[in-house]
Amino acid sequence: MTGLDGLDQRRAPDEVLLGFTTALRAAGVAVTHDRSAAFLEACAHVGLADAAAVRTAGRSTLCGGPDDLHRFDGVFEAYFDHRAGLPRPRPATPGAPTLTSLPETDADGAGESDDSDPVRARASDAEVLRHRDVATLSAGEKQRLAAQLARLRFRPPRRRTARHDRWHRGQVDARATVRASLRRLGEPAPIAYRRRGTRPRRVVLLVDVSGSMSGYADALLRVAHRLTHVPDARVETFTVGTRLTHLTRALSVRDPERALVAAGDTVPDWSGGTRLGESLQVFLDRWGRRGLARGAVVVVLSDGWERGDPTLLAEQVRRLQRIAHRVVWVNPHRGKAGYEPVQGGVVAVLPHVDDFLAGHSLATYSELCEVLSRA
Amino acid sequence: MQVESSAQVAEQLAATGYLCDESLATVVFLAGRMQRPLLLEGEPGTGKTALAEALAQVAGVPLLRLQCYEGIDASQALYDWDFPRQVLHLRALEAAGGLGGQGVEEAEKSLYDERFLLARPVLAALQQAPAVLLVDEVDRADDEFEAFLLEVLSTYQVSIPELGTVRAAEPPLVVLTSNRTRELHDALKRRCLYHWVDHPGLEREVEIVRTRLPEVSAALARQVVDVVQRLRGDTGLQKPPGVAETLDWAQALHHLGCAELDLETAARTLGALVKYREDADRVKHALDRLLTS
Repeated sequence: MTGLDGLDQRRAPDEVLLGFTTALRAAGVAVTHDRSAAFLEACAHVGLADAAAVRTAGRSTLCGGPDDLHRFDGVFEAYFDHRAGLPRPRPATPGAPTLTSLPETDADGAGESDDSDPVRARASDAEVLRHRDVATLSAGEKQRLAAQLARLRFRPPRRRTARHDRWHRGQVDARATVRASLRRLGEPAPIAYRRRGTRPRRVVLLVDVSGSMSGYADALLRVAHRLTHVPDARVETFTVGTRLTHLTRALSVRDPERALVAAGDTVPDWSGGTRLGESLQVFLDRWGRRGLARGAVVVVLSDGWERGDPTLLAEQVRRLQRIAHRVVWVNPHRGKAGYEPVQGGVVAVLPHVDDFLAGHSLATYSELCEVLSRA
Repeated sequence: MQVESSAQVAEQLAATGYLCDESLATVVFLAGRMQRPLLLEGEPGTGKTALAEALAQVAGVPLLRLQCYEGIDASQALYDWDFPRQVLHLRALEAAGGLGGQGVEEAEKSLYDERFLLARPVLAALQQAPAVLLVDEVDRADDEFEAFLLEVLSTYQVSIPELGTVRAAEPPLVVLTSNRTRELHDALKRRCLYHWVDHPGLEREVEIVRTRLPEVSAALARQVVDVVQRLRGDTGLQKPPGVAETLDWAQALHHLGCAELDLETAARTLGALVKYREDADRVKHALDRLLTS
């Protein structure tokens, strides 16, 4: 049993322990005041003589998930280290590049000023924009596209549930009938009917943010953000690339610009390589099989340029299809003239995919929403 | 459960056949002292549910289990009125001519009697306290249900409009388990003591097998655990075996009369260990290597 080396005898233990919770908060663990209080209470029960017990007390009261546990251990060692005695400066983490939309520098109109009807010009602009490849847009067009993406129409898919709703035909609802009869002092009442209710079906988006997709990442994340904020929709978003990142929380910010900045801060592997098979495996092991992908509509937004082994990718997509309700693959290159699905990854996954869609323009994103609604 | 230290908790749990490490014992000790719910997360098959059973056994109190599922609501967790029986009761009163003599109000009052109340696990835990309440796989329930749980867990009391408030004489020990299919809400997590349950190490798992299955030979137990531990290290498996699978496998081998692990019997009993065809193929290929090294 070893004591806490960092405990300064000249200071009150409360002060030292609260200093620790502050350091932990600075390291990114969401420590609230009631958690700090619970920590102090727990320490009072286990005593300060045993460092391992204090560590356990801290882990159980201050942490809320495996990520927190990892950070906790780092801070704990740094804070109560006998060599330093004081918290060491944390190594600076290189800031992730952030995504922001550029200011409008719309340079059109120079040669088109003879157009007499501005409304029609604008409308046909929008129509052209609908079919333009988003990777080739100018900054101003991107901003207009963003506004249109934020208005994308999406009706969340629904599934039947175990619970019933009242309905005018269907199964007899014995309980409601009895209750109605009770209301009439036991006299026979009209028979009530019920049917199975419905709930929104979960949609899981896996967005590829590797280098080959860099032209589309911004638009795809905007689509993800839009889908997340449609009322009643249950959308979970992950990015895949060299590693898997859970992005739902970052995208839950209502303002799309701020949400995209938050997403940029969260994702560590922008424009990196593609290890799609491995990322998918991690997704299935950590999230998918445990229930997130079960019965869900899973959308993979990727060009399928796999650097790793395509057989691994194929196997993972096959697993995914067995768990999920529907697997939709969206490939930005598919809608382009002369496209043939020849990349190793795409060829490997095609047999295991329910829908194979294009994803390079606004029109294709609307089509994606249609397909999702019908799933 | 009256205990003085975490070591004592570990000792008492070990007496029931549940072997836990020091940090888990400390968390259980704190949960008892601070009267907070215990939130256990971890891989399936690491003994989260078994802990609740062992705790109930140690304290000698009933274990009430609430299995969560999508769409669960308060009437399945708390209480419900038994409508058909209430109607029957009214009819019986009517047939006996009691309604006229007794008065309407009393007849009505008799409808909302405790005998027509169906106590579901949470209410039952409050009524029967001291008790252990196991809320299993809370991540499967909806967000709304979480909010409801939060309310009950912070006050340990339930109001039934027709009957009044049911308050626990002594707060039950609450154990929540989650497989992390979705992130629980922070508000619920804050109320609880959090613990991540990991797979046990080699020595401890051998000990677990020996305690749970004393009939299995020591050599077989060690070999089985050794293979399982190495399989867990293999990242290619879709579902790495948990402790429950280890026990199943050891028992299966024992029933086939094995005193030591051999290739042929191991291959025949793989169904107790891995539950996916791809995994079974993979393990079959690896068994040779695992058994000889």
